[in-house]
Amino acid sequence: MVTLTINGRKIEVEAGTTILQAAEKLGVFIPTFCYDPRLSLVGACRMCVVEVEGARALVASCCTPVGEGMMVQTDTERVLTARRANLNLLLANHPLDCLTCEKAGNCRLQDYCYLYGIEKSEFGGEQKDYAPDDTNPFFVRDMNKCILCGLCVRTCHEINGAGAIEFIKRGFDSKVTPAFDDPMEHSPCVFCGMCTDVCPVGALTPRLGMGKGRSWELTKVKTICPYCGTGCGLELYVKDNTVVGVRGDADSPVNRGQTCVKGHFGLDFLNSPDRLTTPLIRKNGALVEATWDEALDLVASKLKEVKGTEIAGLASARVTSEDNYLFQKLLRMLGSNNVDHCARL
Amino acid sequence: MYEKQILICAGTGCISSGALDVHEALHNELKKHNLEEKVRVILSGCHGFCEKGPIFIVYPEDIFYCEVTVEDMPELVEEYLVKGNVVERLLYKDPITNQRVTSHEDIPFYNKQKRLVLRNCGVIDPENIDEYIIRGGYQGLRNALQLDAVKVVEMIKNSGLRGRGGAGFPTGVKWEFAHRSQGDKKYVVCNADEGDPGAFMDRSVLEGDPHAVLEGIMIAGKAIGSDEAYIYVRAEYPLAVRRLRTAIAQAEEYGFIGNNILNSGFNFKINIKEGAGAFVCGEETALLASIEGERGMPRPRPPFPAVKGLWGKPTCINNVETLANVPLIMRKGVDWFTAVGTERSKGTKIFALTGKVNNTGLCEVPMGMTIREIVFDIGGGIRGGKKYKAVQIGGPSGGCIPESQLDLPVDFDSLTAAGAMMGSGGLVVMDEETCMVDLARYFLTFTQNESCGKCTPCREGTKRMLETLERITQGKGEPEDIPRLESLAKSIKDSSLCGLGQTAPNPVLTTLRYFRDEYEAHIFDRRCPAGLCKDLLRYYIDAEVCNGCRACTKVCPAEAISGEKKEPHVIDDAKCVSCGACFDRCKFGAVKKK
Amino acid sequence: MTNSVGEIEDAAAMLVIGSNTTEAHPVLAYRMRMAKKKGAALIVADPRRIELAEEADVFLQLRPGTNEALLNGLINVIIAEELMDREFIAARTEGYEEMAAAVARYTPEYVAEITGVAAGDIRKAARLYAGAERAGIYYTMGITQHTSGTNTVLTIANLAMLTGNLGKPSSGVNPLRGQNNVQGACDMGALPVVYTAYQRVDVEENRNKFSRAWGVELNPQPGLTVTEMMEGALEGKVRFLYIMGENPALTDANLHHVEEALEKVEFLVVQDIFLTETAAKAHVVLPAAAFAEKGGTFTNTERRVQLFKQAVTPPGKAKADWQILQELARRVGFNWQYNGPADIFAEITTLTPSYAGISYERLEQEGGLQWPCPSPDHPGTPYLHGDKFTRGKGMFSVVEYTPAAEMTDGDYPLILTTGRNLYHYHSGSMTHRSKGIEAYRPEELAQVNVDDAARMGICDGDLVKLSSRRGELETRVEVTDVVPPGVVFMTFHFPAAPVNILTNDKLDPVAKIPELKVCAVKMEKVAS
Repeated sequence: MVTLTINGRKIEVEAGTTILQAAEKLGVFIPTFCYDPRLSLVGACRMCVVEVEGARALVASCCTPVGEGMMVQTDTERVLTARRANLNLLLANHPLDCLTCEKAGNCRLQDYCYLYGIEKSEFGGEQKDYAPDDTNPFFVRDMNKCILCGLCVRTCHEINGAGAIEFIKRGFDSKVTPAFDDPMEHSPCVFCGMCTDVCPVGALTPRLGMGKGRSWELTKVKTICPYCGTGCGLELYVKDNTVVGVRGDADSPVNRGQTCVKGHFGLDFLNSPDRLTTPLIRKNGALVEATWDEALDLVASKLKEVKGTEIAGLASARVTSEDNYLFQKLLRMLGSNNVDHCARL
Repeated sequence: MYEKQILICAGTGCISSGALDVHEALHNELKKHNLEEKVRVILSGCHGFCEKGPIFIVYPEDIFYCEVTVEDMPELVEEYLVKGNVVERLLYKDPITNQRVTSHEDIPFYNKQKRLVLRNCGVIDPENIDEYIIRGGYQGLRNALQLDAVKVVEMIKNSGLRGRGGAGFPTGVKWEFAHRSQGDKKYVVCNADEGDPGAFMDRSVLEGDPHAVLEGIMIAGKAIGSDEAYIYVRAEYPLAVRRLRTAIAQAEEYGFIGNNILNSGFNFKINIKEGAGAFVCGEETALLASIEGERGMPRPRPPFPAVKGLWGKPTCINNVETLANVPLIMRKGVDWFTAVGTERSKGTKIFALTGKVNNTGLCEVPMGMTIREIVFDIGGGIRGGKKYKAVQIGGPSGGCIPESQLDLPVDFDSLTAAGAMMGSGGLVVMDEETCMVDLARYFLTFTQNESCGKCTPCREGTKRMLETLERITQGKGEPEDIPRLESLAKSIKDSSLCGLGQTAPNPVLTTLRYFRDEYEAHIFDRRCPAGLCKDLLRYYIDAEVCNGCRACTKVCPAEAISGEKKEPHVIDDAKCVSCGACFDRCKFGAVKKK
Repeated sequence: MTNSVGEIEDAAAMLVIGSNTTEAHPVLAYRMRMAKKKGAALIVADPRRIELAEEADVFLQLRPGTNEALLNGLINVIIAEELMDREFIAARTEGYEEMAAAVARYTPEYVAEITGVAAGDIRKAARLYAGAERAGIYYTMGITQHTSGTNTVLTIANLAMLTGNLGKPSSGVNPLRGQNNVQGACDMGALPVVYTAYQRVDVEENRNKFSRAWGVELNPQPGLTVTEMMEGALEGKVRFLYIMGENPALTDANLHHVEEALEKVEFLVVQDIFLTETAAKAHVVLPAAAFAEKGGTFTNTERRVQLFKQAVTPPGKAKADWQILQELARRVGFNWQYNGPADIFAEITTLTPSYAGISYERLEQEGGLQWPCPSPDHPGTPYLHGDKFTRGKGMFSVVEYTPAAEMTDGDYPLILTTGRNLYHYHSGSMTHRSKGIEAYRPEELAQVNVDDAARMGICDGDLVKLSSRRGELETRVEVTDVVPPGVVFMTFHFPAAPVNILTNDKLDPVAKIPELKVCAVKMEKVAS
């Protein structure tokens, strides 16, 4: 165990803990762009710098392990000056279209500028000027908004393994993009969408929610993915009784926020115009709309006409356990054990 | 039996001045005179005095011929080698006394130096291991292999040797960290990614004395418990790469590299990795990433490479010059080494002396020598008799030292205190015609181009600093620019990820510290005191001097000059593009700058 | 899965067999890659050179339908080279000698003849697997959808027991379940032979328990499996068929046969969210709520029961399945009074020992619990068989290789094998209605080997006719070296190219799973 002092408060943490993690334990807020505990530490954005007594320069708290007796200050004028300069620099190279940006209200650049009182950048000069890449059907990439934190790159390489994107060029011309600056569709991208989840700004925007609501209008509901058996936790974002956004649930012990293309971009079937909205009864060979009473009375009367063992039913690997339980209970109460489902497919 | 030995410098500088052609011509002449059995010709490493190349030293007399050409060869062979008469006109001419000097030891450029690391450069054939061995080579390794690793580390610690690559971290302490790190595998990495513009000391050592570097690497390997090394060398140094490969092959053949070296049970292997020349790859963690095949970007420290370096294994990284010091310490002992230098900076330092100085080239001086001695004694003073203004020490990461600090001793701590740094040893001399704002702009252009783009302050911040400096040199500066530059520079220094970003603002900060008036002149007076910034330059015609010859009107591309024949002419500022054509054309000195 | 998803990344070796994990279970494949990055050995066995094969330490490209031979070969090497866990075998198992005697003839050279995998690779794989401290086996339908599927699973168990890779973290026998609540459906007794938690219907004690709880007499005769139901419908023994959330008209083997049964049955009720190919044949269609439109629990592949809440209301008059079932139950005379899924779950826990300790309150607080969880203070079970097996000692089985039911011949010279792709799911009723996915992967591309294609003059994107003894279809092809010569691969995701028209409905005698992974077909180019 290591004892250190943060803003005058002593704390004991395990060796190897970072200053940022120790501060979190104390409830001390430190801003970050490039930090994600699920990814390797790169110390790139420099937002999390803090002052450590005896250190020549400020240190990045996200990737600096604590040391015995370390004296840390997270909010000195020196630290704040560096953070403000950082935000000033990012803002100088970032479109100021917050009024219409999909990320508004949920954007860390916006939040920190608010927090540190950066109304507009004190620097003019050249800005990135890339054409947005909207060639794939899942998300839009606007690299003019990218702050090069690299979360998407690391997610793609370290979590997914596809390695579809990387930094190209150097210095001010650095850009995150597939090899040869091709569109995503021509890259090894498998559209897991995790890059869109980790982007702290509006550079990567899923199409599903575009123009469908501001971030603060959305209600978050946690759910479980309806596709394969992994059971990934997902967050659904709802506005006006419609699901307009999906993200991996970072709290899920199963997927820890990870997703694949189906879970992330394949849930809009919910809003499909093909959905069944009313019971149907076959009349003269055709299925016609009916009321619930008509349909259920018909089914019940047919059930009463046959013997229990003449009834068979297929339950489903895609409905809830509660639904399945009632299904087999109903058939068995009617005298039939002819219950199965497609577990074998 | 040879009677004479001729060393022709075959460093990159002399080769580009034609040394190889001279070498061929000499051979032909020797053949003609049947002297091949009597005169031995060696292509040596760099002599350092690149300004005067190709260089040619004849032993045993120690005659120093310089700036020799192919055409000089018949005369040189005929007159000197056959008849025994020294060819006066090819000797070095002292620019101050105008005297010809025969021996290189009498040339001020050499006699103020202390060539320890460069002891073999220009003296031995770098492609012949025997010559290295005869001059004590591999004795240091022999000594080290007989000692405990701990003892080797202790000797380097006691020697006070500090890293020659930039920050001056104590080498022995670095070795101790790597020695103490637990690991089934450890690496030694030699940083030969010399990136500072104008600096070429590492290249000269690699080209002129490659075995010294190999020996240093192996001693480091013994000290930290490693059995494998990588030399990360720029692909732009083909000669150095070739000589290293030759040296490794020879050392393997002699049993200095391989298994059970000198029967000590010590095994060692050395690999060469050619880098693509990104400046940031001189930063140790970016260098490691590059060896691993990743994009050359720095990684946060800790973990330090000594704990978790190449492929996650404990790694000791030293630069070429540092490692070249090591065999000497192991051979001659700690006391011998600590006798040279200052209290906290021991030994010597090699500088690449360039800029507006008479004797450009490579020089090795004891730590603590003053800038004045380097510039005026070794460097022979300012070219063209102009006035000294400043030196930029430490390349783009360093800073400017003004005239008032000419007597500053050159050592790690004094330079840092003055706002500069030792860096890898680039030393650019500037005269009164150098604009310090433009100089800062130049270095910022370099660092901005070489920023890897990983961290925000360096990527975005150097860009904004550069843009500001560009505006100032274009006469569009604003009063707020100076405080804004200062504040931004401080933040970049304070919060960048690696050494590149942390030092990138140094040229701006030191020029602001010592030459603030130049910035103010640009911003408030729209004037460049050095008369260099084109956009701030205005030409006028002195009516007293102008005789109305009309020559200037004919060369002006903008038709900005008017006036009747034989009457004084006038330049229309609104039309003038400051190209300077009229200034160059006027024979009477009537066109003047303001 | 005997073990947990979270344990995968700490495995020291992984044997992935009959699972195209990167496409069928992408998130689990992320974990495998993470394990690889941490130093785990990866052994991949599959007829196709799937994506994971590229990252494998050893890739065993076996002929379709030869799984048991390959696994017996691995066991043979482990025994021959004495790499087994003698302590585990002695303490925890029985039947070792018989099994060892039976695999003696499965030398790598003999197995190489059957499987087409080089003997050296079999040895290498066996050494990697047996040499690891913790080794997990991961498989899916590539193992089970064979007439010898049950036997192959037993061989997998043999392999794990032989090396002591059961009852500890990051090891085990891990079938990766293909559908989000297939585990839950099985746990809930949506099977002909068992009530919840696999309590057999033909055991009186079980029957009495459920009879008491439900207040009716219960039938002691095991019921029909899905394939038998279809037969029953054709024979007139099944008169009423109720299908909830399934699409057998597209997913079951030998579709023509299924189609006939669905048309023949006297009364067909289909409850679904779309008018599927199956629903289109129904007499009554009941509109159901999708997952986001209701609450409840799903149990995932690692036996984790997870609670989720309703996010939006169902469209139109659609209702949650449980509500529809309750209303129907009341109309046939059962007085069900559930106010919501919580009431149902509470009843489940009283009848289901492995779920007994789970409650909605705990699920909400603890974020999912892995069964068995027999009491409210039980933390759940990340890996099974810690101290003992369900039957006490683990039983080795003697398994001999049996060829697939249908082999290639002059008329049908190619093997067709089926599976999934990354973008679509099952019959595609959901993914075909997702705009992005449908735009990106709108149609089937059957994988055909480059050599086969060249011989037949078939190019990428060409239309071909595939036919088997049971039917024929047309599909476009992707010419690739992912499949070996002589093998064609198709997914079952596309109604326009319904591969199950071709597949063989020959069943595994125990699990009653059809042999969807091997059948003989012929291919002809369709003139464009």
